[in-house]
Amino acid sequence: MTDEPGEDHTADHAEGSPALLVVDGLTVSYGAVVAIRDVSLDVAPGEIVAVLGPNGAGKTTLLRTLAGALKPQHGSVTLDGSALTGLVPEVVVRRGVVLVPEGRHVFAGLTVEENLTIGGIARTDRDGLRADTERWLTRFPILGQRSGQMAGTLSGGEQQQLAIARALMSRPRMLLLDEPSLGLAPIFVDRIFELIQQLRADGVTVLLVEQNVHRALKVADRAYVLSVGSVVASGSSDQLVEGELERSYLGIGRAG
Amino acid sequence: MSPSELVQQLVNALSLGSIYALLALGLSMVYGVLGMLNFAYGELVTITGYSMLAATSLGAPFIVVALVGVIAAAISSVLMELVAFRPLRTASFVSLLFTSFAVAQLIQGGFRQAVSVRSRGIPVPELFDEAVQLGPVRISVLSIITASAGALSLVALTAFMRRSRSGLAMRAAAQDFTTARLVGVRANRVISLAFLLSGILAGIAGVLWIARTTSVNPATGFVPVIQAFIASVIGGLGNLRGAVLGGFFLGTLEVFLQALLPGSFLPYAQAASLLIVVAILYVRPQGLFGARAESV
Repeated sequence: MTDEPGEDHTADHAEGSPALLVVDGLTVSYGAVVAIRDVSLDVAPGEIVAVLGPNGAGKTTLLRTLAGALKPQHGSVTLDGSALTGLVPEVVVRRGVVLVPEGRHVFAGLTVEENLTIGGIARTDRDGLRADTERWLTRFPILGQRSGQMAGTLSGGEQQQLAIARALMSRPRMLLLDEPSLGLAPIFVDRIFELIQQLRADGVTVLLVEQNVHRALKVADRAYVLSVGSVVASGSSDQLVEGELERSYLGIGRAG
Repeated sequence: MSPSELVQQLVNALSLGSIYALLALGLSMVYGVLGMLNFAYGELVTITGYSMLAATSLGAPFIVVALVGVIAAAISSVLMELVAFRPLRTASFVSLLFTSFAVAQLIQGGFRQAVSVRSRGIPVPELFDEAVQLGPVRISVLSIITASAGALSLVALTAFMRRSRSGLAMRAAAQDFTTARLVGVRANRVISLAFLLSGILAGIAGVLWIARTTSVNPATGFVPVIQAFIASVIGGLGNLRGAVLGGFFLGTLEVFLQALLPGSFLPYAQAASLLIVVAILYVRPQGLFGARAESV
């Protein structure tokens, strides 16, 4: 968990490698309440990018909009140059972007294995699906041991592993992780961050929303800081010194 | 009640119960996926009846007549969702409930205008009126056919829900619709599938219902939808296993009240069974079989 990428990404991001995901001027409201306003960010292929910020900053809204679960009022989202804006979640998954929602949301009444199978519902290659199911049940031994058990009987940490494995079953190009360490025992927090680190080797690009700022900055290449719905700071993880983050958290990073 | 009477009544209970179980399953399945109560569900039974009437008038043998009835209900159910409910996908529970009442009225009115207010007879094979003598026990052929058809349908549905990818998608959608979409389950497809299965169940139950009543009129669907509703509430709305158990419970209750109540109380058998249901729900508002369970 110490290996940083050779290339030093800056806020202007990776020179030479065009961004995989580009979010431009995104504004999302719930009725009259604006949850995020004019948010722009990008993620290069293979990068791990963190989105940090206090509760209510709009982090979850951002991820749910990217996944197609919310419709933006303004702005655009493109993946590898093609628009994702306005697509429904089941189509966004087929384009290669999948969300692991906050609170895990495993299907409690389905078995562990069925949860993985449903994660691959968008795919049609049955042999590949079977191989992937085996792969994740091996990669997460605890899931392998409990493959026939109802997912609702798993602990929080086990459910989080299952939720991530379920999302990976769709073979995404871009994984959106919403608070994966929230409410987990410390040992599971370690496992989850190890896993995120390993995903880099698998070539999965990650956009990570986290409360745990220290751990997030350790694993991420770059980060954006959201406060009251807007990006107030961004940069490489090294550059984002904690003083600046704390000021953002207090809402004095930038006026409006 | 003598032992042989008891056996006869048990078979009757099983037979009526399996019709109620199929009806309740179809209603509960749509509720499970969409959270909507489709009160036009009873009209699917009416549609089954009139398509059986049409097929009969064309001289088709009963097995074909029955098949036409099931297919008509299945197609009508899918169309009902496409035309009436899909445009209101995000509407409230009450809006959808009233829309389904409107659909029910429209279909009833259509049959009143196009056919007649009066009942039309639908001939069934004479075999249905016969009974087989098993030692001291006489069992009606129709009861055996109904119970077997019900059992076969339940087994087939269970296998579909447990084994197929579409069944898995439906179970996931019934548990958490939003998350199911986030992992790639197509909302429109899974909803159409729920209405298709619901229509097939209403169609099979409808054929069995018509085989008992041997007639159809524009209001034929009223009793089936009420019984389906009661049975699925007993089982816990949206809980498929509960719907089946609720259906058999309601069927058994009715058959035994009919058999045991003294003659002068018989007109109140239906009311008595409803009273018992109300008493059960007073004690267990979530239904007899627990909260919303997820599997078949």
